Amino acid sequence: MDLLQILTVSIETAIGPIAAIYVLAAIGLNIHFGYTGLLNFGQVGFMLVGAYGVAVSVTTFDLPLWLGLLASIVCAAILALLLGIPTLRLRADYLAIATIAVAEVLRLLYRAQFARPITGGVYGRNSFADGFYGINPIPPGSYGIGDVDFSADELWLMVVVWGLVAAALGITAALMHSPWGRVIKGIREDEDAVRSLGKDAFVYKMQSLVLGGVFGGLAGAMIALNQQNITPDQFMPQVTFYLWAMLLLGGAARTWGPVLGPVVMWFLLTAFDELLRSLASMDIVPFLETSQIGALRHAFVGLALILLIVYRPQGLIGDRKEMLVNVK
Amino acid sequence: MSSDSKDIVPGAAETGAAADRMAGVDPRPGVPKPDPILRASGIRRSFGGLTAVNVEHLEVQRGTITALIGPNGAGKSTLFNLLTGFDRVDAGEWAFENRQLNGLSGHKVARQGMVRTFQLTKALTRMTVLDNMLLAAPRQKGEGFFGAFARPVWRAQEAANRKRAMELLERFKLDAKKDDMAGSLSGGQRKLLEMARSLMVDPSMVMLDEPMAGVNPALVQSLLEHITALRDEGTTVLFVEHDMDVIMGISDWIVVLAQGEVIAEGRPDDIRSNDEVIDAYLGKQHDEPNGGTAAEAEGTT
Repeated sequence: MDLLQILTVSIETAIGPIAAIYVLAAIGLNIHFGYTGLLNFGQVGFMLVGAYGVAVSVTTFDLPLWLGLLASIVCAAILALLLGIPTLRLRADYLAIATIAVAEVLRLLYRAQFARPITGGVYGRNSFADGFYGINPIPPGSYGIGDVDFSADELWLMVVVWGLVAAALGITAALMHSPWGRVIKGIREDEDAVRSLGKDAFVYKMQSLVLGGVFGGLAGAMIALNQQNITPDQFMPQVTFYLWAMLLLGGAARTWGPVLGPVVMWFLLTAFDELLRSLASMDIVPFLETSQIGALRHAFVGLALILLIVYRPQGLIGDRKEMLVNVK
Repeated sequence: MSSDSKDIVPGAAETGAAADRMAGVDPRPGVPKPDPILRASGIRRSFGGLTAVNVEHLEVQRGTITALIGPNGAGKSTLFNLLTGFDRVDAGEWAFENRQLNGLSGHKVARQGMVRTFQLTKALTRMTVLDNMLLAAPRQKGEGFFGAFARPVWRAQEAANRKRAMELLERFKLDAKKDDMAGSLSGGQRKLLEMARSLMVDPSMVMLDEPMAGVNPALVQSLLEHITALRDEGTTVLFVEHDMDVIMGISDWIVVLAQGEVIAEGRPDDIRSNDEVIDAYLGKQHDEPNGGTAAEAEGTT
């Protein structure tokens, strides 16, 4: 068993493009849940329309890549409006139900037979990312420190996604330290109180839903660029729940919570996978087949969440004092 | 509270002045006031088959403390919710400072200068006391989504709001708690915070829904002082309360609601001796030994 190898792979995953993409989506979820108190259980829906926004624009409609990315943003914003207009005037739980259902309905719509001319149906879309890697300014080669290394294309994507993360963090921090953010947090605590003070809670919730949704959509677009092919069935509901687990692990309503959560979670997940795999290959663990490792991973995430909520409900960097405040 | 509490109720000493405020107004339901800040007519709201509120006409005199009383289920809170845009009327219209409020949603009503508090205190628990106050400041430049990014534009206004918030907190003796989470305050302190916060909006009328509920007697005293001080500064106060001693002590005018209708209006002395009010509170068969039969005959109408 090569522990160094396991460590290297885990670090590569923790700082790699996929973790960065999850960070971006988790920042959106943090705006929704952490700051505004919106229960969005369909962040994967925003990622789906974002991914298809760029893929469909470039393949089906032959548009340039930048227009595709713009389409991703617009699609996410439209989805937020469609979700928000009927539900945001109602109690918080309606948004939760609507988001989880709509995300799943969207997946089924995008994979449906009749949608095939546009979305490619179950086969999805591919070869739309050439424009992105074509403008890669990083010369080909391998970059990294020690055993941790990335190809030029990976590094290019990492620069872009972590750049987006930095921008999203900057925007979020600026907003949350402004009077706008104060109203948003007030809505999380008690919407009626905020309304009684002359603030239109509906408009604020809508703005929050759109902003967080756009970050989710951009994360989806980055998934598309990372994989260079997408199918609807990778946008399953569990993506949303991974995001929730990561956000709660990092600490909701904290600027760095949605950054730390996915990074730590991807590190642990990969280390767990790799460890089990090497143990399985050494035949030390009885009854464990390599094919079962994926299922064990879900159990591991579940266990981690339970322990987290029992022993550290505020997440890694949350404020315990704030958690323990009597909310009544 | 016992009878001696009347001595410590600050308004009690001013009953003379209070009576002057409503001089010449007839103590009957729906009576017009010389200078009404709020005028409501034909307000109706039913839930299923139950008519919760059916107010024919009601006016609130500017610059007074008006109490809204009535037995449980009389429709006081529902009327509050209707007038402040937190519930929709089935019928009726009302105007605040001569501006129609019909169909306006809660935040728009508040912007007109009519700010309410809630029976179950709504402190924003996981925010600091100071943030609770700052949130309420009206017309903030940094409140809009795009304005939020322009810190230099709203910095000066924020500082001014902070100063005003601290003044209000000092007045309500919460200044030492400014950086505490609002959720860590006691029930009474939350009531104080809610009142202070509503003043941040700069209202011309505050509507307090049971400001004294669940507050210890010492703090009741200070709440009462704050309410009378508000009136003396020219703010109109309309409040719902159950504690009779409190109501009689500080109110300039009392409106009695029973089964959704205004059954009596008047100065504290008028209300104290009003038979219909006593009936509404205690039922028709109170004290008189042979009152039962007579009241039953009446009760059928």
